Amino acid sequence: METLLDVENLWVKFPSRHGVFDAVRGVSFTLGRERLGIVGESGSGKSMTGRAILRLIRPPGIVEADQISLEGVDLMKLPEKDMRSVRGQRISMVMQDPKFSLNPVMTIGDQIIEAYRLHTTATKTQAYEKSLEMLEAVSIRDPERVMRAYPHEMSGGMGQRIMIAMMLIPNPEILIADEPTSALDVSVQRQVLDIMDKLVKDRGMGLIFISHDLNLVADFCDRVLIMYAGRIVEVCDADKLHEAQHPYTRGLLNSLPRLDQPRDRLDVLKRDPDWSIAPSVSARL
Amino acid sequence: MALTEDNKQRRPTRAPFSNHVWPILKTALLTLGSIAVTLIGLVFITFVIGRVMPIDPVLAIVGERASQATYDEVYFQLGLDKPVIVQFLYYLWDVVHLDFGISLLNARPVSEDIARVFPATLELATLGIFFGVVLGIPLGVLAAVHKGSWIDQIARVVALVGYSMPIFWLGLMGLLVFYGILGWVGGPGRVGIFYIDVVPSVTGLILVDTALAGNWDAFKNAFSHIILPASLLGYFSLAYISRMTRSFMLEQLSAEYITTARVKGMSEWNVVWKHAFKNIRVQLITVIALSYANLLEGSVLTEIIFSWPGIGSYITTALLSADMNAVLGGTVVVGLIFILLNIFSDLLYRVFDPRAK
Repeated sequence: METLLDVENLWVKFPSRHGVFDAVRGVSFTLGRERLGIVGESGSGKSMTGRAILRLIRPPGIVEADQISLEGVDLMKLPEKDMRSVRGQRISMVMQDPKFSLNPVMTIGDQIIEAYRLHTTATKTQAYEKSLEMLEAVSIRDPERVMRAYPHEMSGGMGQRIMIAMMLIPNPEILIADEPTSALDVSVQRQVLDIMDKLVKDRGMGLIFISHDLNLVADFCDRVLIMYAGRIVEVCDADKLHEAQHPYTRGLLNSLPRLDQPRDRLDVLKRDPDWSIAPSVSARL
Repeated sequence: MALTEDNKQRRPTRAPFSNHVWPILKTALLTLGSIAVTLIGLVFITFVIGRVMPIDPVLAIVGERASQATYDEVYFQLGLDKPVIVQFLYYLWDVVHLDFGISLLNARPVSEDIARVFPATLELATLGIFFGVVLGIPLGVLAAVHKGSWIDQIARVVALVGYSMPIFWLGLMGLLVFYGILGWVGGPGRVGIFYIDVVPSVTGLILVDTALAGNWDAFKNAFSHIILPASLLGYFSLAYISRMTRSFMLEQLSAEYITTARVKGMSEWNVVWKHAFKNIRVQLITVIALSYANLLEGSVLTEIIFSWPGIGSYITTALLSADMNAVLGGTVVVGLIFILLNIFSDLLYRVFDPRAK
């Protein structure tokens, strides 16, 4: 499989008064035109990994890596100006809650048009037409009205579909979806996922799907990285997740209720301090 | 979806008037109503203050040596024999007609005095708030964007000095340095002695009047007089505005939609001004309106140091000589300004925040 993104030995550090806190510790993985899931509990460094790829960690945070290469170009060495043309145009990101990730005082139309025009020379009319097309692609009915509306007039599910439309409009190669359905009602989660899946597949994009929901990731992705305390503890194919070996992954699986194997008591995950010291497993292919 | 289709079908059958004009009319009426209620409350409070003050309004007019007959005559003239509520209604009636009574000090109508002193304060305050906004907002934004850096530290010191330096000291030093030693600016007063009354007073704002008359020498002279006190007042509002801007911006810059804007590949300048700044406009309006209202109240010390015949020194002088009509008149005018500024900023909210519509 062709490699889109190659991340090698990625560290994210936050210096503080009590020493340096390492949020991500030497993570390595590659991404092809596939759906790669990153699973972990809160604080495991999965979101930080996503943001570090886009170099969005703000100071005082520090990102270090041997390389983050996007089709052979090391993003770590790019000047900020060139990095800006990578963001949006080549790698994009959908965040957790559309209530906060859309600008409340700009119309949805303005925000989508802006995302498109930043990377193209399209006129306003062309960008408007393209935005309507994109909104239709994410199953928004009455897109003309939505273009004029403000984010607070939208429901969560609509908001997230708008985010997806906005982030995919410059036609990037990679989409990082950071808990894209966690803030949504269960009833619309699936719908949003299906739309995202279809667009990513049709365009032959690579998807990094960050989530804390093991079942969802197993269902939805091709390959899964399990992160714990800033490290990758295990890598496996999504359909072979039930064969996972690492005690943390096993613990997570056993603590989930299952419809086909009902149990009276679920296992409680017991953490081993050794897990957070053990070296990160490489997920480079 | 069924809902919107429903609406589409129903819309044409409704009268256009009820759809478009009525909500605006309703808002306008409600606003006017709230102005009226607030104003009546304000007049009532000033009226009560005027009554509870241990000053005999009759004695203040006739003097202590007047005969009982004179005293009684004036007592009846002022309507003090009537019930308090009737007195209040009379007072309200007068105020509505902009009649605040006669000043005891110079025996002229208070409204004429206010019409003379208020433009002086208005001119000074407007120029002052202009400096405060034009310099304070960028300074605050800059401090927030470069939080913790030397820029932030300098902005902090600038604001701290503005907060804590007494204006009488800063004003006198300003006069000493820029007027006394360097001679860059005009001295105290609104214009130099040669330019007093050379142009007809149309608005009472000397800069506007001289510009209208086309007398640019007088304009320059007036400008050289106003620039120092206006910069001082501007500095004080700058201190407040820049600090508030900084904290509003910090809140917005950590918001998730800012990350969205960065993910889109937007330049940091546009992230700050197009996205974050747009979201603090509503809060800034409140801060600016408050600072402006404070300046319009007349900053007594500045007006005294610069011999500026404004409303602040007018009310203070009136208060010290127990000229209650002048004090109450001034208070009503200042209160009215607060109310009007509040309504104005309410209207601006609606323009800037789609959620307020």
